[in-house]
Amino acid sequence: MWTTDRVAGGVLALVGLVVLEETWRLGLPLGTLHNPGPGYTPVVLSLILLGFGAAVAALGGGAQGMRTVEWTEWRHAVAILGACAFAALALERIGFRLTMAVILAFLVGVVERKPLLLTAVFTAVFSLGAFFLFDTMLRVPLPRGPLGF
Amino acid sequence: MLETFHNLYLGFAVALAPSVLLYAFVGCLIGTVVGVLPGVGPLAGISLLLPATFGLDATRAIVMLAGIYYGAMYGGSTTSILMRIPGEAASVMTCIDGYAMARRGRAGPALAVAAVGSYLAGTVSIVALMFLAPPLASFALRFGPPEYFALLLLGLLVLAYMSSGSMVRSLAMAALGLLLGMVGIDQMTGYFRFAYGVVELGDGIGVVPVAVGLFGISEILATAGQARPPEVLKPRLRELLPSRREWRESFGAIWRGTGLGFLIGIIPGSAHVISSFVSYAVERRLSRTPEAFGKGAVAGVAGPESANNAATSGAFVPMLALGVPSGPIPAVMLAAMMVHGVTPGPLLINQQPALFWGFIASMYVGNVVLLILNLPLVGLFVNLLRVPYPLLYPGIIVFCVLGVYAVNSSVVDVWIMVAMGLLGYVLRKLDFEPAPIVLGLILAPMIEMSLRQSLAMSDGHYAVFLTRPIAATLLAVGLVLVLLSLRPLVTRTLDWRTRLAMVEKGEEL
Repeated sequence: MWTTDRVAGGVLALVGLVVLEETWRLGLPLGTLHNPGPGYTPVVLSLILLGFGAAVAALGGGAQGMRTVEWTEWRHAVAILGACAFAALALERIGFRLTMAVILAFLVGVVERKPLLLTAVFTAVFSLGAFFLFDTMLRVPLPRGPLGF
Repeated sequence: MLETFHNLYLGFAVALAPSVLLYAFVGCLIGTVVGVLPGVGPLAGISLLLPATFGLDATRAIVMLAGIYYGAMYGGSTTSILMRIPGEAASVMTCIDGYAMARRGRAGPALAVAAVGSYLAGTVSIVALMFLAPPLASFALRFGPPEYFALLLLGLLVLAYMSSGSMVRSLAMAALGLLLGMVGIDQMTGYFRFAYGVVELGDGIGVVPVAVGLFGISEILATAGQARPPEVLKPRLRELLPSRREWRESFGAIWRGTGLGFLIGIIPGSAHVISSFVSYAVERRLSRTPEAFGKGAVAGVAGPESANNAATSGAFVPMLALGVPSGPIPAVMLAAMMVHGVTPGPLLINQQPALFWGFIASMYVGNVVLLILNLPLVGLFVNLLRVPYPLLYPGIIVFCVLGVYAVNSSVVDVWIMVAMGLLGYVLRKLDFEPAPIVLGLILAPMIEMSLRQSLAMSDGHYAVFLTRPIAATLLAVGLVLVLLSLRPLVTRTLDWRTRLAMVEKGEEL
């Protein structure tokens, strides 16, 4: 049966294997047991992760089944992650204020379906207010877009 | 003793300067808000506000960040008592009897007992911190690389042992964190490891995007789609004072919680959560009416709340004296201090006495500020909970992006936050504890460096860890913990970590 521990343990063991392979592919010198090189600790740690991952999977037969895990909020989760990814893409291209305005308008207006006026006011106040507070008042430099906005 | 009081006088001269006092107040206020708001715990709160301290000198910045830390511990009790939602993880135990008291119309006394207990615990544990940190720092001057390696390894083992649930799962998470800590330039040889040409990764993966992603973003991902907002009980502030019987029942619980909390706080691990769990268990065991627990026993609020606040000060002991963080929150505090050019460790107390003692004194001041904030102004904070979550979480997202970006002015950090948010969300669903990842990430470079330095100084002989008494003792303690964690497999009984995991999931013991 697919339990949460078996799936997670398998994935962790796989991560361990991938790191092992990458250490070898990148040609990081291992050094010796008595004089470790830059590849030594990653190899040891990936072997440890491989071992623990396998142990979690082996001991995880009694954990809850994967089918019982509820993902009811996945649509919200995808939308929020998408908004954060957009922030990473747009922040230095169109500036902080515009990026945040787009994110807020999307989350409040589209995802949460709040009225247009509320969305517009909230978006404007919050994106401009956060910029004023951090950039202007607290002197934390935030990115501006090509138009200086 | 006299020297300590002289130093404390120096500390109060720093802490009572109007500008420092102002930042202590601001930190406590923000911390209380952070603690009250579900979804923004102290870890994410400190991480997000770190860039706002860049323009300050080290003393004011650290005083403000510490204020956020213990303010969040105070504020977490409000949502626990009034909504049965822990504002931060350490308030899980307060939910049980605090909310039961609120439903019986005793919300005011529950909040008052929590605030007074937190105040007393905070103040007493600062006294203990004051007397314990300097001798520990002197002792730590004897530490070389082998001792540090053993201590750091022990820290990870204790964290894994103390985390709720299985130790193997926690150690797997710690190994994942340690691997993340391998990204970047190798400090001894200058090799780029796993950076794939991304220059920003040269300095490694930052703790702030990882902490904000794993704790802040993942919480929002998990809660934003919930259909029905939880009910908020309205406390009657005129009935804030507990009855004589409630004070009597709270008195012993507060002192026991303080002692337990401070001692557990010193030990690496998720100290706040564990201290409140242990305190609750002790109070129920000592009570003449254990059947009242779960139905509104005031000792079930006083003990855990005192314990988690005492643990806050306890957690500063290894951080300030040894430079070793005992959990993810002190790890972020350590990173914050380093950003401001302060290196915690054995030399801090001698080299920067004004900063160290000013910090200690500001904690006394902060506790008074928090008592004032948390009792008369509780109604104001409760109103924050009435802001609809569909408006609240987009605002928190803005602060997450802003806080993470501003630390290094790097969008790579925002990407890391997104990835960690997704990882934290999945881990939450699969019931894995993410705290060891953060600690592993912080400790990885230190562990690797101390291991390689130890081998360099011993001509490559691993016996150096066994021939030096302090290192050998620390490793022996780690081995005992590993053996202890295997005991439930042999005896086939529920150990305290399994019971803690059940309580956190809301299952009956």
